[in-house]
Amino acid sequence: MAKYQKPKTRSKMKTTPTHAAAAEAFLKDGERSHWHDDTLWHVRSKRDVAAQKIPEWENLRNNASQIKDYVLSNLDNLLLQFEKNASENGIEVLWAKDADEHNQHVLRILEENQVKNLVKSKSILTEECGLNHFLEDKGYDVVDTDLGERIIQFNKQVPSHIVMPAIHLKKKEIGDIFHEHLGTEAGADDPAYLTEAARQHLRQKFIQAKAAITGVNFGIAETGGFVVCTNEGNADMGTHLADLHIACMGIEKLIPRAADLGVFLRLLARSATGQSITNYTSHFHRPREGKKMYLILVDNGRTDQLGREDFRNSLKCIRCGACMNTCPIYRRSSGFSYGSTVPGPIGSILSPGMDLKKHSTLPFASTLCGSCTDVCPVKINIHEQLYKWRQVITKEGPSQPSKKWAMRFGGNVMSKPKLFDMMGKMARKSLTISPRGFIYNSFNAWGKHRELPEVPKESFKDWYRKNRKQ
Amino acid sequence: MNSSKEAIIAAIKKNKPGKLPLPEHPKFPYENNLIEQFQASIKLNGGLAKSGEGIDQIQQYLNEKFTSDQQVLSLVDGISGNFEIGKVKDPHELEDIEVAILEGDWGVVENAAIWLPEEKIIHRALPFIAQHLIVLLKVENLLGNMHEVYQKINVADPGYGVFVAGPSKTADIEQSLIIGAHGPRSMVVYLME
Ligand code: SF4
Repeated sequence: MAKYQKPKTRSKMKTTPTHAAAAEAFLKDGERSHWHDDTLWHVRSKRDVAAQKIPEWENLRNNASQIKDYVLSNLDNLLLQFEKNASENGIEVLWAKDADEHNQHVLRILEENQVKNLVKSKSILTEECGLNHFLEDKGYDVVDTDLGERIIQFNKQVPSHIVMPAIHLKKKEIGDIFHEHLGTEAGADDPAYLTEAARQHLRQKFIQAKAAITGVNFGIAETGGFVVCTNEGNADMGTHLADLHIACMGIEKLIPRAADLGVFLRLLARSATGQSITNYTSHFHRPREGKKMYLILVDNGRTDQLGREDFRNSLKCIRCGACMNTCPIYRRSSGFSYGSTVPGPIGSILSPGMDLKKHSTLPFASTLCGSCTDVCPVKINIHEQLYKWRQVITKEGPSQPSKKWAMRFGGNVMSKPKLFDMMGKMARKSLTISPRGFIYNSFNAWGKHRELPEVPKESFKDWYRKNRKQ
Repeated sequence: MNSSKEAIIAAIKKNKPGKLPLPEHPKFPYENNLIEQFQASIKLNGGLAKSGEGIDQIQQYLNEKFTSDQQVLSLVDGISGNFEIGKVKDPHELEDIEVAILEGDWGVVENAAIWLPEEKIIHRALPFIAQHLIVLLKVENLLGNMHEVYQKINVADPGYGVFVAGPSKTADIEQSLIIGAHGPRSMVVYLME
């Protein structure tokens, strides 16, 4: 059985801002951080309502988790089966060991087909690979067509959330961005007006584009096809008008059988936003007559993560974002504070596997309240893995100054009163709402032999302030 | 060229856990009133489903709602439009379609997803590029949940197939729901007896 493999240190930067430092910066704008918190909590609440409507919800989660267990334990054979079937369907399948190879494949395809302008629908994988910048540097016009992604592309930012990329921006700011880039009226911030402006603008881009790039939500081994989910219909507008379609897929996105989609589609949108399904769920099996379809299978650290027994479960992730929406730290510190493509609890497990040094503070950006694990549709033991990363990071030994990183996190919190207050409030809150099971489970040694003291409703500071006034 | 494939497969072989079983497909009973449930589901998705109306009423609705200078494309027998799909070679020619009238294969009441395989839409772009969408669906083709519909369809039969569950929508600006992001600005489903 494969043991824990030490992740590579890839970052060239000498010092990376810690999560705590980045969070502190976000928290300086108190009004914004409250608004961000409320917005995401609202999404989380919608998820609860949707999940509670399905009596078999827990069965679905179990089934999905088991299917993914099977996939991970048989990934080599399933990938080969997928490749064979997809090729027979007329899809050209390419393999990429890392981000660079992925980008080179895309470049070669565009060159071969002499395409200069392309539209792209949302794909976390291409963000991970830095595809946009890579292509733009080479003179390509890459247009993100998901509304949220187009907004942040104009604003020269990366997504702060994997499902709602522009969740950190207020409509006023988006109005300003559109005024600058699309010529909308100055000061106009009505979402319907702004969306209409984007619609007109992007329709032209769809009509002109010669190539469309999409992500993949699910690849089906049995049939050699793949599924893409959107609400806007932007993936379809792009692919059905363009001459070639390039689909980029992480190797873990595979499912064995088409009928497994029944389970995953019931879970995905409900977990993400509380919708019963996205308005479009597109199944691609063959290119249009005379057109081309490519599918790039990307590893980029996934096979390494597969070899880390304690962390391989993170590869079950279907990128619903629920763990972010529920996370008390994410909600208050925003996606940018994580400094990684996938932020939030799941990002804090995946990113250290890609670059331990750069992301060493992320596993500490958690109260370990377990809410992420509770909502995860594929039952990833997220908070346990965060705890395990902490042990790895703290144990790394003198060659790696990781203990210092851990201490730095603590030191940072202590030295920043606002952050300390926030973490304290969250800990008090999460202790009152966490089910006992999370506090008294086997991994949590200090919960084993004792009952928790009653959680104080206010911090000493709050108490002192109130009582001094009297 | 294929060395990456070999490297990836070899890494998986080395790193994967011992084989775990693949679970059976689950089945869950569904007893709710199918028509009402479908109507409730599509409303949440931003669409509308009508029942108890026939072809004549749909034609009347079209005549009232759309003017003769607007392109109306019908792929449903008995409903006439003014746009001939047969002559379309390139989907870009569909750019100005105002309304498309299509027939769905199956409808799923838990989420209002309607299965549209390629042969029912002719051009893959059609359900997306039209400004408005009307879909007819036989009541007898309503199913309870997604598990049931995947037992009925073969996803690999058509080169492309899509579940459409409502109009094009977005909530990317401060979570305000806006209908008509890129595709149809409305979707009306007629549930036909
Ligand atoms: S870890 Fe689970 S909850 Fe988080 S994004 Fe992935 S699937 Fe969703």
